[in-house]
Amino acid sequence: MPKREDIKKVLLIGSGPIIIGQAAEFDYSGSQACKALREEGYTVVLVNSNPATIMTDPEIADRTYIEPLTPEILERIIDIERPDTLLPTLGGQTGLNLATILAENGVLDKYKVELIGAKLEAIKKAEDRELFRNSMTRIGLEVPKSRIIKKVEEASDVANELGYPLVIRPSFTLGGTGGGIAHNIKELGKIVKQGLDMSLIKQVLIEEGLIGWKEYELEVMRDLADNVVIVCPVENMDPMGIHTGDSITVAPAQTLTDLEYQKLRDASIKIMREIGVETGGSNIQFAVNPRNGRIMAIEMNPRVSRSSALASKATGFPIAKIAAKLAIGYTLDEIPNDITKETPACFEPTIDYVVVKIPRFAFDKFPTGDNTLTTQMKSVGEVMAIGRTFEESLQKAIRSLEIGRAGLGSDSKDLDPSIKEIIHKLRANDHERIFYIRYAIKKGIMISKIAKLTNIDPWFIDKIKNIVHMEEEVKRYKLDTIPDHLLKEAKTLGFSDTQLAFLLKSREDEIRQKRKSKIISPVYKMVDTCAGEFEAKTPYYYSTYEEKNDGPPTEKKKIIILGSGPNRIGQGIEFDYCCVHSVLSLKDENYETVMVNSNPETVSTDYDTSDRLYFEPITYEDVLNIVENERPEGIVVQFGGQTPLNISKKLSHDVPILGTKPDAIDKAENRERFAKLLNDLGIPQPENGIAYNIEEAISVARKLGYPVLVRPSYVLGGRAMEIIYDDDTLKKYIAEAIEVSPKNPILIDKFIEDALEVEVDALCDGEDVVIGGIMEHIEEAGVHSGDSACALPPISLDSRVIDKVKNYTRKIALALGVVGLTNIQYAIKDNIVYVLEANPRASRTVPFVSKASGLPLAKIAAKLIVGRKLRELNIKEKLESKHIAVKEAVFPFTKLPGVDPILAPEMKSTGEVMGIDYNFGIAYYKAELAAGMRLPTTGTAFLSVKDRDKAKSVDVAKGLTELGFSILATKGTAEYLRNFGIETKTLLKTTEGRPNIVDFIINKEVDLIINTPRGKGPRKDGYEIRRAAIEHNVPYITTIPAALAAVKAGKALRKGTITMKPIQEYHAER
Amino acid sequence: MKAALALEDGTVVEGCGFGAEGLAQGELVFNTSMTGYVEALTDPSYAGQILMMTYPLIGNYGVCSEDYESDRIQTKGFVIKHLCRHPSNWRSQKNLDKFLKEFNIPGIEGVDTRMLTLKARIHGTMKATLAVFKSKDMPNKEELIENTKKQPHISEINLVDKVCVKKPKFVGTQSKHHVVIIDCGVKNSIIRQLTVRGVDLHVVPYDFPANKVMEYDPDAVFISNGPGDPARVTQTIQTIRSLVGEVPVAGICLGLQLTSLAMGAKTFKLKFGHRGTNQPVKDFDTGRVFISTQNHGFAVDDNSLKETGLEITQRNLNDGTVEGIQHKDLPLFAVQYHPEAGPGPHDTYFFFDRFMQMLE
Repeated sequence: MPKREDIKKVLLIGSGPIIIGQAAEFDYSGSQACKALREEGYTVVLVNSNPATIMTDPEIADRTYIEPLTPEILERIIDIERPDTLLPTLGGQTGLNLATILAENGVLDKYKVELIGAKLEAIKKAEDRELFRNSMTRIGLEVPKSRIIKKVEEASDVANELGYPLVIRPSFTLGGTGGGIAHNIKELGKIVKQGLDMSLIKQVLIEEGLIGWKEYELEVMRDLADNVVIVCPVENMDPMGIHTGDSITVAPAQTLTDLEYQKLRDASIKIMREIGVETGGSNIQFAVNPRNGRIMAIEMNPRVSRSSALASKATGFPIAKIAAKLAIGYTLDEIPNDITKETPACFEPTIDYVVVKIPRFAFDKFPTGDNTLTTQMKSVGEVMAIGRTFEESLQKAIRSLEIGRAGLGSDSKDLDPSIKEIIHKLRANDHERIFYIRYAIKKGIMISKIAKLTNIDPWFIDKIKNIVHMEEEVKRYKLDTIPDHLLKEAKTLGFSDTQLAFLLKSREDEIRQKRKSKIISPVYKMVDTCAGEFEAKTPYYYSTYEEKNDGPPTEKKKIIILGSGPNRIGQGIEFDYCCVHSVLSLKDENYETVMVNSNPETVSTDYDTSDRLYFEPITYEDVLNIVENERPEGIVVQFGGQTPLNISKKLSHDVPILGTKPDAIDKAENRERFAKLLNDLGIPQPENGIAYNIEEAISVARKLGYPVLVRPSYVLGGRAMEIIYDDDTLKKYIAEAIEVSPKNPILIDKFIEDALEVEVDALCDGEDVVIGGIMEHIEEAGVHSGDSACALPPISLDSRVIDKVKNYTRKIALALGVVGLTNIQYAIKDNIVYVLEANPRASRTVPFVSKASGLPLAKIAAKLIVGRKLRELNIKEKLESKHIAVKEAVFPFTKLPGVDPILAPEMKSTGEVMGIDYNFGIAYYKAELAAGMRLPTTGTAFLSVKDRDKAKSVDVAKGLTELGFSILATKGTAEYLRNFGIETKTLLKTTEGRPNIVDFIINKEVDLIINTPRGKGPRKDGYEIRRAAIEHNVPYITTIPAALAAVKAGKALRKGTITMKPIQEYHAER
Repeated sequence: MKAALALEDGTVVEGCGFGAEGLAQGELVFNTSMTGYVEALTDPSYAGQILMMTYPLIGNYGVCSEDYESDRIQTKGFVIKHLCRHPSNWRSQKNLDKFLKEFNIPGIEGVDTRMLTLKARIHGTMKATLAVFKSKDMPNKEELIENTKKQPHISEINLVDKVCVKKPKFVGTQSKHHVVIIDCGVKNSIIRQLTVRGVDLHVVPYDFPANKVMEYDPDAVFISNGPGDPARVTQTIQTIRSLVGEVPVAGICLGLQLTSLAMGAKTFKLKFGHRGTNQPVKDFDTGRVFISTQNHGFAVDDNSLKETGLEITQRNLNDGTVEGIQHKDLPLFAVQYHPEAGPGPHDTYFFFDRFMQMLE
């Protein structure tokens, strides 16, 4: 069927900020969809609150609204834009849920907007647990025994009937949010309650725990002619009971016979038809009993999902792009396969390699959180690796994770756990259990026993045993005695040179030399969707140790761009955005671009982003191998965050580093060199010192005077950074921090209290500097810049301060020798501008600044890197604008029970949103709304602040009173406020008896909570208030500046109106 | 054990041997399915060929005799990247190594199967020799290559004769319908698909004459799949020619080719064939596309169908080759792919339903 001519304008809803369970994969799918639809001549209207995405680039959609994703806002946009269709299946759960609401509340009917891809009925049949269960029964598929309940009280009856363990799955939530596994009535009550709170329709399903069953996923595509293909079967190494997002997964399925696989395939097709997803991709999960092959249907996502992104990258089949084309009427046989160009997309990809995905966790950031794996997703990112053996892919994936491991063990990082500890970790679904399987094998625990403890199929454990055998075999030799064939075999099992160096008591470079002298080098094989049956035109490669190289380099001038690896806290989608922009810009400059990355969620690993794509770990060894294959002009390290920087110095001996030189990076990151540089330039910085042991640290801290800011050198995202007020805390900190980074000293800065923080992104070509944006942080210095809200342009800085900031930025950029981008952070107190740090690389805020200002910083930087000049490019500073953009951070606290939601120097946010308008208050309100916090404009506010904040809390309370809020406060705060004539009711703290503030929160008698934490650590009182606020979804604020901003927002909303405009129009205004 | 694989273009790759020691000769063909190695190894259509799987990890789920497509391994040798010696699946009865030993078939692992696949794609299917030997007995490479070149071309070998039943055999339970299958190497799955639909079968040898077929008074005659060059199977072509018009005729794979030849069309050897479980077939009647299992090295020449009374009902979307034919006036139809699956998707089971309609 040809495409539909009766539609002109398509509305796409993005997935909003990066949160656990919904990450960069929806930027990938959304961007693909936008491109695919525009290619067909449709006008695309996009709404997404996340500025760090490629899809919100002004040239991706026709009209791009960076606005909060709420039904009201979407209705306003629909009213303005009058799209004829809404494509709901490409914006993750967020997009799907919003489309559902708009369909159910009549908005779509009112404006005559047609849902394409999946109709409301199909979405409901897939997402509503009861309807899904009924559908499965109708087509003769088994589902786990379960009951659906809407009240907590009903849970115990269900438990009596089904028995423990029980899995709780809330309807219409993402990443298993609010769900879990209960082993007793107490856990059951707790999880059911939280699940009901979080479910969009206040419904949870309690189902029998299929303990020991295996989990499989199939990615299915269907078109309007009812043609159905399966893109890829995926086998979860981790069994049922561990969320698929937290599982190690493998493609294709490994342990199913054809007969069993075909049963799953048949079932998937039946499900697709029964649920009625008309077009596009869906993901269907099955449980299979490994003892008798019994199959149960678990769930279906009637949309493109995280697994779709993985399946796309694993096979080369662009699910999102094709889903978009199918939605507008094409059939699968009318769409060509982009990889082969000659065969149609109507086929099933087949692969001749093994793909392993491993999730990346952030438990190191949240030591108080529960780090065992359940049905609620906890990982913040993932890596994928491709190889020709499972062992190779597994070890490549582990070293892609950037958790300091060079593979599965044998890298000097191994522990020596006791058998008891091993058994405990295996049984408890610990997130590091892959390493404990290895320990278990080394201790001689039988494969069958390990399989029983973990419910992991013995096939996988046997493969890990192969790795252990190999390490033991290699260990018997030395560098000069190891036989060539053994060295090669070790490489085919994925051993890195670092591991071999450890096993052979040698050095990485010696192993490399030896390998090369024996001609043991990797070859690059193609990902071609068809296992070699047809010629592939799209160069997408992975390394392996075999005979023939599919990827001989071209003769063109080329540049390698290193990506940013897995998403994690501190290094997220923003860096992928920068990498993609640098690729596009270098293509413009007529270079062949070669991308290296390991993260399947990203746009950078889309096969049509760069000219050549290497899906590889970003380690020295793996990158150098690619360099030797490609022989590029140089390599670009400044866009991928800390990941490429970490290996840039070593790489600089082998290949030119383009742009800012590694020495400049060292100059900025080495505290002593940086202090000297600032000193020479006459630019103030907080007094500071370096310490290599506890005694030195204490003497430095005393000399500077507390409070001090301490951190290990060379860190990202403020890892282990803290503000310390006394000797004792300092001692305790050092005991922990030394572990974090043993080779590096501890940096100690005088902490400037109550300073305003300002951050600058600037471009430099070695001669000129152009400032991209000056951002004023809402939270005071001391809160990690990634966690702080900020306004662009600044809202309260006077022009002298701004001039000083500009002047310092120029001086520092030139003195460091920056070529490309740099980010400099300042603290301002009493009109003195102190430099906090300078990062001579693209920063997290580059996409935000680019979206707010319309100046594509990363693209310009890429041109500077290859020798273009700012003057020649005619780049002008645009520091003023009529509109104000506010960035706000988004946190994973709801997903991580037990974690205190306070802001500190260590970064905790997973994503960001942007609010844009003509008034700061409204822009701030939008940013908060987009981040999930609907600031009330009147009602009851509760204040409890630490002593140092009391004076400033008066302004907050006054402002709230003027807005008509009634004020509640704990005793100390209340008395203080009353002294200033503010009418305040006293409320008990949790330690003072009942009813207390937590009761008020639970009873929804408070609309806004302002609670500033005292010192470090979850102090019981404040902690309980903050957790209660999160769990009951009451807006809460933990800093005074944010509270003041909220007051401004309330006032602005009273006076003004919310503007609704695409960014293309904002950008055109100047 | 060590192993070496020589190709007629002079390529020799070395690897580890498994299965039986010895020498095997035949065409090297590749199959792109990620599952179904047991079905493929036992599929009579692979007779005379050395089979190579493009998926690198083979043997993961072991071997289960219920999955056999005939009573033995039919390929002459097996080429894979990596052998799994410790399979994991509840249905597994033995590992692949033991399976190959049981039928005295040599196998090689540890070779760059993708390189070999690309060679086959670029040069076309090549003759090959697989040698599995004890480490010290490495055969002379030049001799291996020479022997490889010297072996007969697949079109020179009568393979059907080696895989079909030797005398007529009855399968069934006194059902309503009765069909004769002319066995050129029929797969168990075809028999299963027909019997579950209530069809009794007489399975007769490929060279069974038409008059004797008619003595069974069948409701229809079914021409099975099978190995090798269809043009060689002249007796069957003759038989079909006599049967068409007398009795409804249907066929699968080689069955389609033989039927076409019987009606005056021509066949040709494909450069490297279609072997896998992901081949898209478009059905012109419904406009639908189905994912099918295929295993054929020869195909029917489009143009030669003109004057035969046959029309094309289905085509392969990858290369446009003929996948389905039917006669304009007579009850005759056939498909090039394998609707019985085994291994592969079940999407085209409806072929058997159409066959049943023809019987009604």
